[in-house]
Amino acid sequence: MGKTMNLTLKVWRQKNAQSEGRLETYALQGVDADASFLEMLDILNTQLEKRGEEPVAFEHDCREGICGCCGAVVNGQAHGPLRETTLCQLHMRHFNDGDTIVIEPWRSRAFPLIKDLVVDRSAFDRVIRAGGYITVRTGSAPDAHAIPVDKEEADVAMDAAQCIGCGACVAACPNGSAMLFVAAKVSHLAHLPQGRVEANRRVLNMVAQMDREGFGNCSNHYECEAACPKAISVEHIAKMNREHLRAALKPAGS
Amino acid sequence: MRLDSKVPAGPIEQKWTQHKFEMKLVNPANRRKYTVLVVGTGLAGASAAATLGELGYNVKAFCIQDTPRRAHSIAAQGGINAAKNYQNDGDSIYRLFYDTVKGGDYRSREASVYRLAELSVDIIDQCVAQGVPFAREYGGLLDNRSFGGAQVSRTFYARGQTGQQLLLGAYSALMKEVQNGSVTMYPRREMLELVVVDGRARGIVVRNLLTGAFESHVADAVLLATGGYGNVYYLSTNAKASNATAIWRAHRKGAFFANPCFTQIHPTCIPVHGDYQSKLTLMSESLRNDGRIWVPKDPDDPRHPNDIPEEDRSYYLEETYPAFGNLVPRDVASRKAKDQCDKGRGVGSTRMAVYLDFRDAIERLGRETIEARYGNLFQMYQRIVDEDPYTQPMMIYPAVHYTMGGLWVDYNLMSNLPGLFVAGEANFSDHGANRLGASALMQGLADGYFIIPYTMADYLARVQPDRLDGNHPEFRAAEKAVAERAHRLLSIRGKRTVDEIHRELGLLAWDKIGMSRNRRGLEEALSEIPAIREEFWKNVVVTGKNEDLNQSLEKAGRVADFLELAELMAFDALHREESCGGHFREEYQTPEGEAQRDDERFAYAAAWEHQGDGQAAVLHREELTFEVVTPTQRSYK
Repeated sequence: MGKTMNLTLKVWRQKNAQSEGRLETYALQGVDADASFLEMLDILNTQLEKRGEEPVAFEHDCREGICGCCGAVVNGQAHGPLRETTLCQLHMRHFNDGDTIVIEPWRSRAFPLIKDLVVDRSAFDRVIRAGGYITVRTGSAPDAHAIPVDKEEADVAMDAAQCIGCGACVAACPNGSAMLFVAAKVSHLAHLPQGRVEANRRVLNMVAQMDREGFGNCSNHYECEAACPKAISVEHIAKMNREHLRAALKPAGS
Repeated sequence: MRLDSKVPAGPIEQKWTQHKFEMKLVNPANRRKYTVLVVGTGLAGASAAATLGELGYNVKAFCIQDTPRRAHSIAAQGGINAAKNYQNDGDSIYRLFYDTVKGGDYRSREASVYRLAELSVDIIDQCVAQGVPFAREYGGLLDNRSFGGAQVSRTFYARGQTGQQLLLGAYSALMKEVQNGSVTMYPRREMLELVVVDGRARGIVVRNLLTGAFESHVADAVLLATGGYGNVYYLSTNAKASNATAIWRAHRKGAFFANPCFTQIHPTCIPVHGDYQSKLTLMSESLRNDGRIWVPKDPDDPRHPNDIPEEDRSYYLEETYPAFGNLVPRDVASRKAKDQCDKGRGVGSTRMAVYLDFRDAIERLGRETIEARYGNLFQMYQRIVDEDPYTQPMMIYPAVHYTMGGLWVDYNLMSNLPGLFVAGEANFSDHGANRLGASALMQGLADGYFIIPYTMADYLARVQPDRLDGNHPEFRAAEKAVAERAHRLLSIRGKRTVDEIHRELGLLAWDKIGMSRNRRGLEEALSEIPAIREEFWKNVVVTGKNEDLNQSLEKAGRVADFLELAELMAFDALHREESCGGHFREEYQTPEGEAQRDDERFAYAAAWEHQGDGQAAVLHREELTFEVVTPTQRSYK
C-alpha cells in the first residue's frame, strides 16, 4: 500500500434525463494514492452498495485508455487535470489528502444525459455512418503493396486515427463543438491515397450530419486539443476546413 | 455423440479452396429473406456483420457498449500476423501454419490452422484498403516486427494500437452497412438467452441495458462473437465488461464447450499492486523484441536495478532458450517468470515481478527509435507505476489475458447446435493449448471477413427462410426465465457486493486453475467453487431495479455465469492428465521442467456437454489427427 488520502467527493447524481440532478457529497477515507480514479469510484460504489444505496453509474470498460468509454468532468476539466490522459489512467497520486473533487458528466446538447455520469454519445456513430469509411467490399482489395503510401502522410493519418471517440473534445468546448472528433476521421482518411477517392463526399456528408446532431460551431478555443487524451491536434480541424472548402466548391460529379 | 469436425478431404493446401466450391450459395435476391443475428462487435463480430450485410442478408448486430467501436479488440496492442513474406526472411503460409500448430502445443485442428494462415494475407490487403494506417517504411511499403514463437518478422502493426486500428476499420465497414440499411445495430443490449426451436438456433433474448426490457429477436442463424472468459479470474487484462454469458447460456442450451482449461497467461503485464485493483494492464509482447528479461542472481540484492552489474544479473530466458531468447512463446515465458519468483528471485515490493530492461536497446538504437516503437506503452507504464521505463527497467509479471477454449465448432465454425455459429475468441478452434502473439487479431478477422460469409451461406441455403413468430412458446419461456433470474438477483439483498464475491472466485481460480495446476488444487477448487456460488445466491447485494440502467445487475448476471464456468474449467483441467501449452499440470513435466504432453491419451479436443445444474458434464472427444505436422516435444532452445 502506498500513501493514503481522505477525500470529499461531490458527484452529480441524476436518475434519468427527465428528473432533476444535483451534486451529492460523499466522504471517502483511506484511498490509496496508487489507485486509479475509477478504482476510487469503485471504492465509493462498494460503500454505497453495502448501505443498500444505488452506486454512481459511470461508463468504463478497458481501463487502459483506449476504449473511449470513460470520461467525466473533474474539477471543471474533462478527464481531469492530467494532459493526454483518460480518466481511467488518471491516478489518485495527482490529488492531495483532504481535496474536494467535483465530478460531473459531459455536458453538451448533443450528448443527452442518461443517468448520473452516463451520457448518450450515439451522435458520434451517426456522424461516422454518414461517411467515416472507405467504401470497399470484403475480398475486393488489391495487394497491400499495390499502392505505396508516403510514410510521413501515413504517420499523420495515424496521429488522427488514434481518436478514441470519448467525447472529451465536445465536453471541453465552450460551444459543444465536435469539430475535433469529425476532423480526426476526415483527416485520417484524407491523408491516405485509399481515402482520397471519396474524400469530397465524405467531408460534406459528415459535416452535414455533425450540424444536424446539434453540435456547436468551432471558434478556435483549442480546449478540445487540450482535453484530448490522445493529443489530437487542432491542425486536423484546419485540414478538414480545407477539405470541406474544396469539396463544396467542386461541381457535383467532378 | 460422435463429433464430426467436417474437415474436407484432400491435401491440406486445397481443402478450403475445394470446400468453397462445394458449399452451397444463396441467390443474391434471396439473401434478404434470411435474418442473421450477430452478437458482439469486436473484430470477429463487426467484420462478419459488415460482410454479411454487404452480401445482402438481413443482419442485426448487438453489443453491450454504447457503440460497437468499444469492443475489447480495441485494446490489442502489438500487431497482426500475416504470411506475406514481405521481409524475404523465409516466411510462408506453411511456416505460419507450422508455427501456430507447434505454438499451440499440438492441440489444435490442423486444417483450420492452415486455412487461418492462408487467409492471413487477404486480411492485410483488406485492412489497408479500408485505410488502416499500418506502420510503413520510407519507401511507402509496410513495416513488420517479430513476435514470440516465430523466427521471422511477420507482424504488421499500427504503433502500439493495432487492435484499435483494425477494429475501427471493421467498425467503419459496419457503419457503412448500417447506413446502407442492410445491418440494424442494437447497442446497449446484452444477450441473456439463446433460443433453440426444433433443434435449431433460432434467436436470442436480450436485455435492453437502458430500460431493462427483455427483447426477443428471431432469426435463421445466430453468430456469437462475444469474446473469451478471462474475467473468471477477476483480475485480467480483459475489459471490465468482457464476459462469458452469451457462450455460457448457449452451452446450457446444448452447445458443447471445448477445452475450457486452456487459458493464456500473458508474460508481460504490469504487476498487481493493491487489493482495490480492478484490472491488470498488458505491456505488449512486442516489447520483447527489444527488452531483455532478467532478475538479480542474488535474491536479496538490495541494489537499485541500474546499479546491478551484468555479472550479477540472470537473463534466464536467453540462458535457457538461446535460439528464441526473450521471444519464446507466452506460456513458456510466463511459467519461467513464475519459477523465478517462486524461487524467491522476484523483484519489487511484492517480490512478484521480473525486470524487462531496455537499457541495451536504447544504447544501441537511441531513445528516439524506442520511443517511436513503443512510446504509448512506455507512457502507459509511467502513468500506472509512476516510474520512467526509459531510465530504469520495467517490472512485469504474468496475467490472465486470453482463453483458447470456447464453444466447440466444426470446420464451418458452426457449433453442434445447427444454426449456431461461433467466431473469434468465443470459439475454441485455432490456437490449441497456447495462442501465439499477434494471432488473435488474425483469427477474429479471418473468421468474420472470410469464413463465416461462406459457411453461413452454405447453412442458410439448406434451410428455408421461415417467419417464426416471436410469440413462439420457446421465446416466451426464455423471456420469462431471464426476467425471473433478474428478479431473483435483485431480491437477495444480502451483505456482499458482486465485486467482492467475484474477487474471491478470481483468487481461487488464479491459485488453483492458473499458471500451474495439480490434482489436489483442482479437487479443492471443485469443492470450493460451489460453496462460493451458494454464498453468491444467498448473500449478494444488488441494488436498484430491473427497469433502469443498472450496472450492478449487469455485473451480477455475468458473475453468476462465471461461477458455473469456473467449475467446468477445473473439471476439464483435472481430467486432462498431461501438460500442454497454457495447461501446466505439475505432475506432468520433463526433467527440465517443460510441459509433457501425453499424445497417446490426450490428442483430442475435449468438448463438454451440459447436463443440468449439479450434474457432471459429459465429455465428447474430437480426436486430433496430424497428417502434415508431426507432434514432437516443443523446443525453443
